[in-house]
Amino acid sequence: MSRLYAIKDHSSEKRLFVNRIIAAFILASLLTAGLIIRLVYLQVAGHEHYSLLAKDNSIKIVPLVPTRGMIFDRKGRVLAENRPSYSLEIIPEQVPNMEDTLSRLQKLLAISDEDIEQYQKLRKRQKRFVSSPLLVSMSEEQLATFAVAMPYFPGVDIHRQLVRHYPYSDLAAHVIGYVGRINEAELKELPIAEYRGSSHIGKLGIESSYESQLHGKTGYAEVETNVQARLLNTLKEVNPEPGANLYLTLDIDLQRTAYDALGSFNGAVVAIDVKTGGVLVFVSRPGFDPNPFVVGIANEAYQALQSSENQPLYNRALRGLYPPGSTMKPFIALAGLEFDVINAGQKFFCPGFYQLPGVTHRYRDWKKGGHGAVDLTRAITESCDVYFYRLASALGIDNMYTFLHKFGFGEKTGIDLVGEKSGLLPSREWKRDRKNQAWYPGETLITGIGQGYLQVTPLQLAKATATLASNGKVMTPFLVDKMVGQQGTASGAEGSNYSIPLKQENVSSVIKGMVNVVHSEHGTAKGINKNITYQIAGKTGTAQVLGIKQNAKYDENSIDFKYRDHALFVSFAPVDDPQIAVAVVVENGGHGGSVAAPIAGEVIRQFLQEKYEN
Amino acid sequence: MKTETRHEHFEAPSVLGNVLRKLHIDIPLFIGLLLTSIVSFVILYSAGGQNMDVLMRQLSRVGLAFTLMIVLAHIDPYQFKRYSSVLFGFGIVLLVAVLIMGQIGKGAQRWLELGFFRFQPSEMIKITTPMMIAWYLAEYPLPPRAKQLLVAVILIVIPTLLIAKQPDLGTALLVASSGAGVLFFAGLSWWIIAAIVTGLAALTPIIWHFMHDYQRDRVLTFLNPEADPLGRGYHIIQSKIAIGSGGIYGKGWLGSTQSELDFLPESSTDFIFAVFAEEFGLVGCLGLLTLYLLIIARCLYIASQAQDSYSRLLASSLAFTFFVYVFVNIGMVIGVLPVVGVPLPLISYGGTSIVTLLAGFGILMSIHTHRKFS
Repeated sequence: MSRLYAIKDHSSEKRLFVNRIIAAFILASLLTAGLIIRLVYLQVAGHEHYSLLAKDNSIKIVPLVPTRGMIFDRKGRVLAENRPSYSLEIIPEQVPNMEDTLSRLQKLLAISDEDIEQYQKLRKRQKRFVSSPLLVSMSEEQLATFAVAMPYFPGVDIHRQLVRHYPYSDLAAHVIGYVGRINEAELKELPIAEYRGSSHIGKLGIESSYESQLHGKTGYAEVETNVQARLLNTLKEVNPEPGANLYLTLDIDLQRTAYDALGSFNGAVVAIDVKTGGVLVFVSRPGFDPNPFVVGIANEAYQALQSSENQPLYNRALRGLYPPGSTMKPFIALAGLEFDVINAGQKFFCPGFYQLPGVTHRYRDWKKGGHGAVDLTRAITESCDVYFYRLASALGIDNMYTFLHKFGFGEKTGIDLVGEKSGLLPSREWKRDRKNQAWYPGETLITGIGQGYLQVTPLQLAKATATLASNGKVMTPFLVDKMVGQQGTASGAEGSNYSIPLKQENVSSVIKGMVNVVHSEHGTAKGINKNITYQIAGKTGTAQVLGIKQNAKYDENSIDFKYRDHALFVSFAPVDDPQIAVAVVVENGGHGGSVAAPIAGEVIRQFLQEKYEN
Repeated sequence: MKTETRHEHFEAPSVLGNVLRKLHIDIPLFIGLLLTSIVSFVILYSAGGQNMDVLMRQLSRVGLAFTLMIVLAHIDPYQFKRYSSVLFGFGIVLLVAVLIMGQIGKGAQRWLELGFFRFQPSEMIKITTPMMIAWYLAEYPLPPRAKQLLVAVILIVIPTLLIAKQPDLGTALLVASSGAGVLFFAGLSWWIIAAIVTGLAALTPIIWHFMHDYQRDRVLTFLNPEADPLGRGYHIIQSKIAIGSGGIYGKGWLGSTQSELDFLPESSTDFIFAVFAEEFGLVGCLGLLTLYLLIIARCLYIASQAQDSYSRLLASSLAFTFFVYVFVNIGMVIGVLPVVGVPLPLISYGGTSIVTLLAGFGILMSIHTHRKFS
């Protein structure tokens, strides 16, 4: 480096530098002069023009918030609406004596100390000229009282707004969802212009997945106001475009039937219109009242919901993961027929347990003495585990995975609701990636009876059952049937429509077994076949919550309620022309046949009754 | 310190002078910065809705920034020179870290969480980039030759791209101009400057291609604010009305009506000049611009008095960047430049930029008060 200093010419460098300093200062001065010219143009030449816009009467651009679209069920009953609500708001800058005003208001309108305190806190965080609410929703009495006394309260005003209301409360909260105040994180993601003036946004369910359609398009008005911000004149108006009204495929009567039928149990019921894929019933019990979320739920109330053992905020139908148990058997049976590893008439002997060659472990049947010689139909009707152990072993996990995957297990159904879970359909690859272990033959067996790693959502079960009912036609389930807006009517969600190639006779064999589940002497759900003129195909299931040791006995009465088995039932009807597919999961319900099946039976009965009456 | 003894036979000794020399404070610059800060508090009180909390928070930040400035003024400029490349390299590493973390966090990220405070590497880079370029070029005879120019350009482009990727267009612009400033003061030929200006004009479509959608929106809005009156264009329309209605003498302190609209959310930060112009009018604006120009003039004077190439280049570049700050912010507020997120230096509400700015002035004071007179 020192070599380079030698050829540095310090005096010439210094001269060059000083020249540049002078040049820079001239440049800065010229650019500043440019700014000044522009300022003169705005503040001297344009002063009159801009003063007109701003001095005494200022032009404001006021966003005109669109009315949010309503939500209806399939028969046009209102599931979500907008109700007028009145708030009492104060602009601190325009209040001559705040303490006096507040104490007079408190006396006049019987406002609680907490409300006053809360407002005081809010006021400190706000700018003095910003209007902020003292009372969020005024009673009619308060409205009338204040309307008379208003002249004595400068700076205090009544604001009218529309508040979202859900008349069916907890019945369909998991489907419709709710709107809530826009939070900071959402504000960053939202298009500023579209949401200027909007205070709420869909947070859950249909309200969230159809946010853009429901919200509508914000308009604006250029208005002239005086210093007190009172409106003088509207110069220009671009009307907002209200959000589209949504018509769901959901039937709220049927929804109520299913919800009530679950009684005091936690669980889920999903019913799908086999012809279209439209969701008729989407119950997750317990539900919750979405209305407090709209105005801002109190912290204690929210904590109570969050910490409740029954988890009311948890959408069991969409996100609940359950082992499907024996409800998986019709699909395994169909896989066996399609891969040609069995035929429907072939009989196996069931001694009450099954052993893999060279292993002492006994895979037990639910029936202690065994079922004797069983063919496919009987295996489904009586839910013979040994038959399916044998079948699973013959199929192997790879075939089972391939086949069940076609029916949508292990992946999201694609329903028009956010937050869906994909469940778990295990495979060799999955186990190697996740657990870094090889697949064991015993795991194939228990997958064959719907246990082990397998996890499904009630929605997936309903969709798969509908697929079976329609001979392999796969339809994406959807909730929104049509959207009616200013631009006209649009259809709702569109899903893929494709068919799994299946042999008709194989499907018939499986369905025959399922019919016998309901309509034969030995059927596990024969309790629901009374007084019906049509046939129901079904399959019961019981999913273990607790692992039972070898030779141990499962005694329902001796164990804690929360460790009792889940009861499941999948079904469709009528068998000769399937209309509706229903999946029921009753948490800790015990047996599928006695607890879950009657719920499906009631839903089917009510749906078909109405259908045939028309 | 050794330098003090040398000062004594150069200037007439006085008690005050001695104290100030020991403090390493340059009085004219200090007064200029103090005046600007006072203007800042006055206008923030109005723009922030007369909220004392806002003022106190800013006061504590400004206090911190002034302290940092005085600390840096005490460090011998030789130390800055010595650690230039290390600091620059460190800054680049942090920028990359921020970018990687941002990608993991799936979103724009500009800072590192350091437990009790957030650190923005891009702020540090605003100073270390001119330090690096000045250090590199000062080793060679000036004006720089082609090879050195090429290296310098690469050194400028790296942090600029890393910051533009965050994406933070405003800061990227300031970093690029701080580096370009060094090249200009190092004596970059006027022909090359002319060629770059023409080249940039020709490159515009390519730059457009690489811009984020929101950045394009800003440019489009700048060209035609009325097209999006509820969104971005609103800022520009409102700010023009505010400034224009201020007239020659303004509406007086706290007299702003336009900026008090809830629709100008950045009235305390990037758009604070609109509030100032509305309340204090053209006269106030001229005063503020004069104050800024005086600060810049003093900085350039300090640069001209510096005793080695490194100090000269660094000092002049810091002065140049300060001007770019002022020009870009006011330019965007009065509607002659597109909206990029650059605050009005020393006046806008916010902590990060004021700390970096005063750190720069600390370095300038260090350069000026550590001169050796032999």
